[in-house]
Amino acid sequence: MKHCEFDTAVIGGGHAGAEAASAAARSGGSVALVTLRLDGIGVMSCNPAIGGVGKGHLVREIDALDGVMGRVADGAGIQFRLLNRSKGPAVQGPRAQMDRSLYRHGIQRELNSDARITLIEGEAADFVMDNGRLAGVRLADGSEIRSKTVVLTTGTFLRGVIRLGEEARPAGRVGDRASVWLAERMESLGLPLGRLKTGTPPRLDGRTIDWEGLEDQPGDGSPVMLSFLSERPLVRQVSCAIAHTAAAAHDIIRENLARSAIYGGHFEGIGPRYCPSIEDKVVRFADKASHQVFLEPEGLEDHTVYPNGISTSLPADIQERFVHAIPGLERAVILQPGYAIEYDFVDPKALKPTLELPALPGLFLAGQINGTTGYEEAAAQGMVAGLNAARQAQGLDAAVFPRSESYIGVMIDDLTARGVSEPYRMFTSRAEFRLSLRADNADQRLTPKASRLGILSDARRKLFDAKMEALETAKSVIGDRSLTPSEGARHGIRIAADGVRRTGMDLLSFPEVTVDRLAQLWPELGDIEPETARQVERDAIYGKYLERQLRSVEALKRDEGRRIPDGIDYSAISGLSRELSGKLGAARPETLGQARRIDGMTPAALALILARIRLSERQTA
Amino acid sequence: MDTIYALSTVRGRAGLSVLRISGQDAGRALIHLGASTPPPRRAAVRTLISPDAGRLDQAIVIHFPEGSSFTGEETVELQLHGGIATADAVLRELSALPGFRLAKPGEFSLRALQSGRMSLTEIEGLSDLVNAETEAQRRQARRLLDGELAEKAHHWRRSLLRCSALLEAVMEFADEDLPQDTVPEALALMAELRGGLEEELAGIAAGERIRDGFEVAIIGVPNVGKSTLLNRLAGREAALTSEFAGTTRDIVEVRMDLEGLPVTFLDTAGIRDSHDPVERLGVERAVKRAGEADIRIFLVEGSARTGSGQAPRAGDIVLQAKADLHPDCRQGAVSGRTGQGVREMLERVTRELSGRAAAAGAASRERHRAALSASIGSLNGAIAEFGGAGRHEVAAEEIRQATRDLEILLGEVDIEHVLDDLFSSLCIGK
Repeated sequence: MKHCEFDTAVIGGGHAGAEAASAAARSGGSVALVTLRLDGIGVMSCNPAIGGVGKGHLVREIDALDGVMGRVADGAGIQFRLLNRSKGPAVQGPRAQMDRSLYRHGIQRELNSDARITLIEGEAADFVMDNGRLAGVRLADGSEIRSKTVVLTTGTFLRGVIRLGEEARPAGRVGDRASVWLAERMESLGLPLGRLKTGTPPRLDGRTIDWEGLEDQPGDGSPVMLSFLSERPLVRQVSCAIAHTAAAAHDIIRENLARSAIYGGHFEGIGPRYCPSIEDKVVRFADKASHQVFLEPEGLEDHTVYPNGISTSLPADIQERFVHAIPGLERAVILQPGYAIEYDFVDPKALKPTLELPALPGLFLAGQINGTTGYEEAAAQGMVAGLNAARQAQGLDAAVFPRSESYIGVMIDDLTARGVSEPYRMFTSRAEFRLSLRADNADQRLTPKASRLGILSDARRKLFDAKMEALETAKSVIGDRSLTPSEGARHGIRIAADGVRRTGMDLLSFPEVTVDRLAQLWPELGDIEPETARQVERDAIYGKYLERQLRSVEALKRDEGRRIPDGIDYSAISGLSRELSGKLGAARPETLGQARRIDGMTPAALALILARIRLSERQTA
Repeated sequence: MDTIYALSTVRGRAGLSVLRISGQDAGRALIHLGASTPPPRRAAVRTLISPDAGRLDQAIVIHFPEGSSFTGEETVELQLHGGIATADAVLRELSALPGFRLAKPGEFSLRALQSGRMSLTEIEGLSDLVNAETEAQRRQARRLLDGELAEKAHHWRRSLLRCSALLEAVMEFADEDLPQDTVPEALALMAELRGGLEEELAGIAAGERIRDGFEVAIIGVPNVGKSTLLNRLAGREAALTSEFAGTTRDIVEVRMDLEGLPVTFLDTAGIRDSHDPVERLGVERAVKRAGEADIRIFLVEGSARTGSGQAPRAGDIVLQAKADLHPDCRQGAVSGRTGQGVREMLERVTRELSGRAAAAGAASRERHRAALSASIGSLNGAIAEFGGAGRHEVAAEEIRQATRDLEILLGEVDIEHVLDDLFSSLCIGK
């Protein structure tokens, strides 16, 4: 059997695959999505939550580019919380607990309703090659899906091994087959592979948890949504709860460390430092008497509870013992024991900023295969890969995401220029321009870009244009008004008595000044819609810091723009250590900015490269 | 990159001339000169021969392999017999080699910086050492060259990174199980850090003085004997003296080494109201320059006042002039003509300046001042944030800025900016 020809084939229906298929379709391409099980599309295999600090920023950016994750998550959200609410807007991240089933069906509905996407159930068995060129995907049943480009999103399936105590078995997730052929194909392309690990906690039956004695963790009173298009949650809202481990549980874990897959020395993969297993916590923070366990319901109709904070690879019987030693969980029934999974990833330094693999032109990689962790990180990469795969198939130029513009750009650049040493998770501190890359202004930063790329829906365009108009009007009304420090003092606004007149927008950069406060001086400001007023405040609050960051952005762009000539021979640059010239030769950075972020790069080495660039510029001038 | 060469010693008649060659082809220079490569970092006698001109010189040759030389590159050092002609003959041979060229000022140091052999502050120390004339200057340059400032800056930078981590933890793991509130530790660290930075900043003025020299202005009314006193200090006729009042119209300087401290004595125009426009200009300059000097020595005669409107400041010295004409006043009197009281005067100056020099740290340049001040400013911003609005992300931004400011001190960012300025001030060959 032979399927018809597509612009882009996407392998995998996880968060990267779903977003890639949608982005490719929105870019005008015809898309085939191949997955082992159609009902597995959009499955959340780890914790039932989307968003957070950094991750919420990514979701907002995906949404601003008209991606699916934010919208679907809002529809499936059963508890919304804005993290860091007490801190400034730059580090506030929206987060929502998901009803797993609603989320999965929401994603499936999105993909099903797009006529440009064909969903195909089957096992990808190899690539189709045409005279050495990538020409599609071959399925295990022998059928071929011909396509101009392919996006590969295999998650933890690359030589995945599940470990539970002393047991080990090859698998992707529990119940799925691991993809060994792909690992062999990657190896045959000479790609550098690494090995990572991640863990999950046991799943509990919520009906057997003693909720009475546990600390309640309700959602926010006025929920902040993940998508710019959503106004309010669509389904019933629930609370989470917090349990606390105690000495008895720690003792059980400590006594059985040798039986843990992670501690028993069965692992070669590197796990994330920021997401330690309970074994890790008990060992490394031995002086801490108790650890928090966040009990997250997995759905409105589902009794399963995800105990966030006790991921483990101890044998099932030990898991049961230590869970029962946690107050509130004494009678909790474990529906599925926790396990650790180890898998291969492709060193993302082998990728271009479009996530294309130069070793096999036309192949794009996204998600955990690139060494990242998290649904949001995967989805953001899927968006970039799908977008570019479809554009390439249609002969369009590449869509590039600079660091100074988005977290997506920060992540892509981190991955492709610097590589990963542990599963990569987004943090706001990774962004040099954190104060301007906020979740609240993701639409202002990226929706115009989506429009230029032709992936913006009319509905969003209308909403965005109206919002921008309201913002501009409000800003000009506030900006047209000004006062001197002494006038300010009369109205109780304390500013340096330097005689300088400040506009309303300047005043908003003072933390204690709000639009409502200014409306007491200038009553006409009272007409501004509250939502618009809050956004004006968020845009104004970092005033002077943004100017400074803007200057850094300019400097960065100068560097970023410094192109390193193709075919530069790093080994011929004297003074460059062998280690660095090896790394540079492997990474082949396109710009000085990328070279700067290569692990172990020194300023001195950069100066050498710059000198070399100047020399070749002189020679060609 | 080109292989560079230059004479490291002063050109002229001398016992030896030292010539250095650095770069990937440095070893080839020896082959070209008909000399076999000696064992690494061992002195060996070699006859240098030109294919055209024959025997050039018998020299001591040292070969430094890549990674174990001053520049970090392969380097050859030739110790030639002294004199202009011998050095020129060898230089001529080198200039004919492809890929070889004469080093630009400071280029050897630049390469040491680029290869990571030296930090920027260490190179500044080297520059200061090459220019050092007095013991205090040498000691201060050594501190810089030995990496004292770079080490401190690295330490501060580590503290700042720790502050960043402590603040970031609170923001990044907002919904997670943190061991404890990390902000108090960050604040304590910031306060300690600010103390260290401020101390270093306070010492810069003294450090600058040690490097550039202290100034002591001799002032007084015309014809009180200022120039005679300066001539006594100089031991020669540095300033023209005459019995006519108003002879010194420009400022005459004598540089001295006072127990290792570089001190320049300034003879200024006598301060008086004058109708002569040239003299008046001289007086204005004298007043201004004297005001900027570290110490003013007021020469007064009899019961006269110190001069038009100038009052002595702390540390200034007031002396009875022309002690030889006033034998009755022995204390605090000085005579340029006989030398009476000159030794005591110099002791007082030395004592005063030594006290001030003691405050000097390793930082001693305007560039250091700018980086330290900027870093302190950012740090203050971060500390103030916790006293006020408490925006963690703004404090974290300030800490990042403070880190960048310190990196400028180390030459790790904005490097192109400082390079041109610095390396043009270094002498060739270093």
